[in-house]
Amino acid sequence: MAPGGTTRDDAAPVLSVTRTRAQGHRLPLTPAQTAGPYLRLGMSRPGMAEAVPPHAPGAVRIGGVLYDGVGAPIPDGVVEIWQADASGAFHHPDDPRGPVPAPEGFTGFARSLTEDGGHWSVVTVKPAALPAPDGSTEAPHLDVSVFARGMLGRVVTRIYFPEDAGTDGPGGHRCDPVLAHVPAGRRHTLLATAVEGGYRFDVRLQGEGETVFFDV
Amino acid sequence: MTPVSPGRPGRSGRLQLPSYQAVAGLHPPLDHPGYESTALRHPREQLVLLPQNLTEITGPLLGDTRVTAGDADLTWANEGWAQGQRIVVHGRVLDSDGRPVPETLVEVWQANAAGKYRHEVDTFPGPLDPHFTGIGRALTDSLGRYSFTTIKPGAYPWVNHFNAWRPAHIHFSVFGRAFTQRLITQMYFPGDPLFFQDPIFNSVPDEAARKRLIARFDYEQTVPDWALAFRWDIVLRGHHATSFEAAHDHPDHDEDL
Repeated sequence: MAPGGTTRDDAAPVLSVTRTRAQGHRLPLTPAQTAGPYLRLGMSRPGMAEAVPPHAPGAVRIGGVLYDGVGAPIPDGVVEIWQADASGAFHHPDDPRGPVPAPEGFTGFARSLTEDGGHWSVVTVKPAALPAPDGSTEAPHLDVSVFARGMLGRVVTRIYFPEDAGTDGPGGHRCDPVLAHVPAGRRHTLLATAVEGGYRFDVRLQGEGETVFFDV
Repeated sequence: MTPVSPGRPGRSGRLQLPSYQAVAGLHPPLDHPGYESTALRHPREQLVLLPQNLTEITGPLLGDTRVTAGDADLTWANEGWAQGQRIVVHGRVLDSDGRPVPETLVEVWQANAAGKYRHEVDTFPGPLDPHFTGIGRALTDSLGRYSFTTIKPGAYPWVNHFNAWRPAHIHFSVFGRAFTQRLITQMYFPGDPLFFQDPIFNSVPDEAARKRLIARFDYEQTVPDWALAFRWDIVLRGHHATSFEAAHDHPDHDEDL
């Protein structure tokens, strides 16, 4: 803690950024902390569980239960999803394939608290397959972040779709470059199951059937 | 809609993506016996390396989230002023390359001046303040700056160990511009006497990193006759030096966002 605690970098932010790069300095990162038991206060917003409007073409509900290491539902967690749209576009400036028009109301992001007996649920569309930098093709998937009381940081997993499991060729799970690195006996934990109106995907943080989590 | 065909190359003929650096040992271990609730809530299996492909290097920008000036002022609610020490909490959201993260959503939540959350699972018999919700949100500006006006939160007891008290803190949730940068953390106050016994604060293995969770008293930004001020910058993962950076990282990059 610097005595006086004052700062001048607000006065010359552009200069300070340039200097940082020129000298090759890196700013040290901020560590994570738990979202705690009261995460709903900061993370609850109307419509946040919808990555697309509920009546959008192709809209499906994806949800399941978040479980702890003894199979008890976790009622003080949150599940967030991020994904491409049904054409495989992200509508993000860092997508090098360039901008394409976003489907009306599509955000690609949704969040669901698990207050209802550990149950989470979002409305979205199934994304398309994606090109990977190594020339392979990623099967349709959602990236998932989970936070909860008792978790000092997030865990990351992916949701894949059961109808792509048996597909040969690009877009199927056999050609997916991420699944290729998941032990065969655990891949099933990344597969949603088809249910009426959408898909079910449970997340098991620990123990029997522990979900595969990723280091990203 | 025309599908984006998988394998469509970038301008240079290949799909070139930025890559976000990770720092080993920065974050708390998910298995941290001092914080009892981690026992059944951490994975035991080894994590699988996830390459940073399109889904990981993009993320929700949420810059169009409807946020009003009132959302960043937690001191007035239900037609009255909140009790407690009024403070400004401000800073910047940056990446480790020093780039600001503009127009990104910052969500905060906290206890009131008595250390009580407006939440039904908070059993601490502290008083609720009818004029304080403890909930705020803001978008960073074009330079990555955010600012909240709030009440200094109180410390509160919890059940983790005998006579356990959480140091005063504010919860922060930030998105950055990529899935890889998502961060939920807590901001603490300088000089808090409760740090020594708090397993959550002390779960960060590196002392220097732990101290980065502590805001700085900022006399220059105090509002005379109104509020004290604290400054806290949040630094998210920046880029590895890659061909992407060579091609795209130029001084006015921030204006392309």
